Amino acid sequence: MPDAPGLELIRGEIEAAHPGAVLDTGFAQERAVLSIDPAHVLAVLGWLRDAPGQGYRFLSSLHAADYLPATPRFAVHYELLNRDRVERLRVKALLADPAAGPVMGVGGSAGGAAAPFSTPPPPRHPQRNGEEGQPLPEIDSCVELFPTAEFQEREAFDFFGIVFKGHPNLTRILLPEDYVGWPQRRDFPIGGEPVTFTYNERAYG
Amino acid sequence: MAESLKVNRSPATGPAAERSEVMTVNIGPHHPATHGVLRLVVDLEGEVVKDVRPIIGYVHTGIEKSCEDKSYWKVIPFVERMDYVSYFFQMEAFCGAVERLIELEIPERAKHLRVIFLELNRIHSHLVWLGTTALDLGAISMLWYCFRERERILDLFEMAAGQRMHTRYFQVGGVIEDIPLGFEAKLREFIREMPVRVEQYQALLDRNEVFLSRTKGTGVVSRERLLELGVTGPLLRAAGEPWDLRKAFDYLAYPKFDFKVPVGTVGDNYDRYRVRVAEMVESTRIVEQALDGLPEGPFIADDRKYVLPPRSELSTSMESLIHHFKLVTEGYRVGPGEIYYAIESPRGELGCFVLADGSAKPARVHFRDPSFVNLQAFRDMSLDGYIADMICSLGMLDPILGGVDR
Repeated sequence: MPDAPGLELIRGEIEAAHPGAVLDTGFAQERAVLSIDPAHVLAVLGWLRDAPGQGYRFLSSLHAADYLPATPRFAVHYELLNRDRVERLRVKALLADPAAGPVMGVGGSAGGAAAPFSTPPPPRHPQRNGEEGQPLPEIDSCVELFPTAEFQEREAFDFFGIVFKGHPNLTRILLPEDYVGWPQRRDFPIGGEPVTFTYNERAYG
Repeated sequence: MAESLKVNRSPATGPAAERSEVMTVNIGPHHPATHGVLRLVVDLEGEVVKDVRPIIGYVHTGIEKSCEDKSYWKVIPFVERMDYVSYFFQMEAFCGAVERLIELEIPERAKHLRVIFLELNRIHSHLVWLGTTALDLGAISMLWYCFRERERILDLFEMAAGQRMHTRYFQVGGVIEDIPLGFEAKLREFIREMPVRVEQYQALLDRNEVFLSRTKGTGVVSRERLLELGVTGPLLRAAGEPWDLRKAFDYLAYPKFDFKVPVGTVGDNYDRYRVRVAEMVESTRIVEQALDGLPEGPFIADDRKYVLPPRSELSTSMESLIHHFKLVTEGYRVGPGEIYYAIESPRGELGCFVLADGSAKPARVHFRDPSFVNLQAFRDMSLDGYIADMICSLGMLDPILGGVDR
């Protein structure tokens, strides 16, 4: 783990090349954290990987998290590892939810162009989000930099609906292809899943 | 997940067409050689694998989502069932992550006990791997020998925890109970015997012509490519990279113990076999050292806000009863924070990400499962080889589909 001055040096060097890329730095539970703007994710990851003296060449884990009441709502975590110095660094790309309206909790209207008094049509599965046309948060895919991210980005897409632009095959990986919704989001209820038996297959399947 | 299963046939023109025909074959999801519910869609040209796409998700049970609805101590038995062969490792990853979030130091005795059980679990996991993989390669008797030793490990688990599998033995703060009387003697007997057994396995396999010709030189992937793909564990070490989180990071009592990290040279299936078999012996050494140096003292931390009070106090102490009641009904609260804690499981880096929002339930529990990540190397391992070698490579990859699909 880089120490506090080391982390500030990293921040300064990234800021010099890409102004506005780093939003915040911090230490959380023995881990240096670099919060970044998702627009610069590839530049930051590429710099940390290739710049001399950095060498965070191993991506241990890529996962997403949903911080629901907070804005920006989503984050993609990149757990980077420098195996020579045995240092871990977390890069956290903060992603706003484009489906969230101006008021928290009233989602669904893309772009906010809907008339104020019109009632939206009831969704097909009221308990599920991720209907067609719902705008999804987007971030650049880092598969080119770290080929290991391929499955893990697909998993983040599968469960959170985060679109990784430039991913070679961004499809659902663990859930069935025709599944509707992003089940690991915090507003997706547990138990909202009808159990499909033979007799009700037509209704739900 | 579902992919249409169509047979690709290039137009047959000329005499060479028969050789260049590409056929798409489906293997699994229920197939004895896929070591779980894994489906492989393989493009074959004759017997040569031209492309392979692993299709996963058949045993996805939404464990990570279910964990969000359980208080922290109830999550432990859930995460054990992800990678159902190395359940102690899942427990350690989760408990260790929560302990770091709440900054709870566990007693030395608990650290040693955890190491003992983790390493026994590593031997157990490698025994399951060796038995089933050798079975795939036609060495049926290996399965019985490996499962004989595995049974003894399970007996040890049962003796200490009451359960043979999914023991829920590790708690946040330590372990749930001290090892019982007679456990040490039984464990020492096992430690004495295990290296001899490993030698016997090697005597069966190391000069077996069929085994050697099927493993040597097959499934080779370079060290650089494995690192790019994020592969860790014995697969990476077999390619000559001595990377082991037990050595690299300081967790539990591992820095105290003297053990070697076996590495291979070529990175073929034979090296993978040798590395894992050598690891069994090293794990036995670690267990022995942990048992020799087992310190006296408490086996669980003495923090009543997180750890259940001893049973004996409940009938005499009102305060203990209140703590017990609060811990069992509501659970303990964990202050806001997030952590990624990684340990070396039998398959590589097992990481646990826990996001706490201040309530008694985690806001997110995510496991970076080594089988899931390592499976990406499967295409590189089997491309342009024979389909029989692909089966061998899959066995040597050692994926546990419960961990892949979670």
